[in-house]
Amino acid sequence: MLQRWMGWMGLAFLAGALALSGCGKQRAAFTMAGSTAFQPFAEKLADQYMAVHPDVAITVQGGGSAVGVQAALSGAAQIGMADLVTLPPEAAALKNVVVARDGIAIVVSPKNPVTQLTLDQVRRIFNGEIRTWKALGGEDTPVRVVSREAGSGTRSSFEQIVGNLKLTSEAIIQDSNGTIRETVANDANSIGYLSHGLLNDRIKAVQVDGYLCTEESIMAGHYRLVRPIYLLTRGEPAPTSKAFLDYILSEEGQSMIHSNGLIRAK
Amino acid sequence: MKINSEQIVRRALMLVAFSALASLLLIAVFILKEGVPFLFKYGPLNFLLGSIWDPQAGQFGIYPMIVASLWVTLGAMAIGAPLGIAGAIFLNEFVPRSVLRVVKPAIELLAGIPSVVYGFLGVMVLAPFIRAHLGGPGLSVLAASVILGIMVLPTVISISTDAIGAVPNSYREGALALGATRWQSVHMVTVKAARSGIIASIILAMGRALGETMAVIMVVGNAVKVPHSALDSARTLTANIALEMGYATGLHREALFATGVVLFVVIMILNALATSAIKAGSRRS
Repeated sequence: MLQRWMGWMGLAFLAGALALSGCGKQRAAFTMAGSTAFQPFAEKLADQYMAVHPDVAITVQGGGSAVGVQAALSGAAQIGMADLVTLPPEAAALKNVVVARDGIAIVVSPKNPVTQLTLDQVRRIFNGEIRTWKALGGEDTPVRVVSREAGSGTRSSFEQIVGNLKLTSEAIIQDSNGTIRETVANDANSIGYLSHGLLNDRIKAVQVDGYLCTEESIMAGHYRLVRPIYLLTRGEPAPTSKAFLDYILSEEGQSMIHSNGLIRAK
Repeated sequence: MKINSEQIVRRALMLVAFSALASLLLIAVFILKEGVPFLFKYGPLNFLLGSIWDPQAGQFGIYPMIVASLWVTLGAMAIGAPLGIAGAIFLNEFVPRSVLRVVKPAIELLAGIPSVVYGFLGVMVLAPFIRAHLGGPGLSVLAASVILGIMVLPTVISISTDAIGAVPNSYREGALALGATRWQSVHMVTVKAARSGIIASIILAMGRALGETMAVIMVVGNAVKVPHSALDSARTLTANIALEMGYATGLHREALFATGVVLFVVIMILNALATSAIKAGSRRS
């Protein structure tokens, strides 16, 4: 009985292996790697693209923006993904194209009466210089800063755009946009920052230098906390990856990016 | 034919038994290999006693996290140990065996609840409660201690119950015959006789509390600073590794492995203490 089972299983494995090796050969394949912020979008775009072009196989990997740059340089991935405000110097050797943009919203609890801040106030809050909401036109309660962990792309973009920022050691650290949102929603005295796509009515975005983090103000160039999302290739992209890049920049690709919470490239 | 298959099974089981040992060895070697060189490059004292953790600036001091881990673990023990030991005494000495047979497995079921669920409860219920009634950010050393105190209950109760249950009935009978009240016989004779097992349960629970990661990350707030009160936010050693592992490269990555080495050494010491406590107990009886 046991032996028969083993036999069947072996046969099944063999058949599976043959089937896999058979179909892999005729398809044009390339890999994308990098930014975890753009990864889910890249996966969706790749799925949609492959549904129309069954002869193309796209593999999407994460790893972070630094990995995206490295993988594109080394050729481990044909397309690197990076969500950095300024690309590192080694990326100068790469061809880059902005495929989407992401606003970073400064958020507080809806119970907080404060509705606007200047960029300088934001800097001093996260530096730990401003410690009560009274100084910002709110109640006389302590300001509780919530930030992302060291190495997060959202955090490094935020710190770069704000400039001269040395995060206070009092800051509570949360490891995702979602937990930042929960923490800020639950604590009336807290302030945090998160990706524009994750705003909802449990938290309140404040105006920065007079502008809210909305698509209109970002497109018009008024809202300052915006980071681009780059796709990187070494030299001119190969025809298959070029076709995919064109698809991402096409109306269909851009509207998919838009409907899922990011902002169009142009 | 029969002998043959028996031998195969024996070999296979031996392989399985040694594979557990081999994975322990591999983990130890890997962590030490990745972490120890950094310790000497950066200086063990700078690493252990430095109070600034700023990977981007190349500063790797884990003193705040060592203090935080210590406070959170001690807090968890202050809550979990008395509750657990009292529970174990009650279940053994004051209720019929039939109740013990139902309640003990139920308590052990607590150990099967995923830690992320404890963390979720902590974030949704405990942290807002602390913030509203005691002040501070809510996500705090106190919140982590309470959550961990509950999480270690199955460990404390289960091992303590076994230790107390193993005390021969003649001890209790002797105490009662000498005129001791029930409570006197419990705390002067039974608990004393089961002492080593109870101590072992506490030490193992400390290891559990020190090593817990997910639930702690969710409720402790993770601020990199030495906590000044139980209501302050802090970051434990385990949380530090888990939070930054995904991005860390180069020195930063090595520093996280070195953090792992510190944890590994502490847990090894705790386990050795627990084992020797259990051994000391079995020698006496």
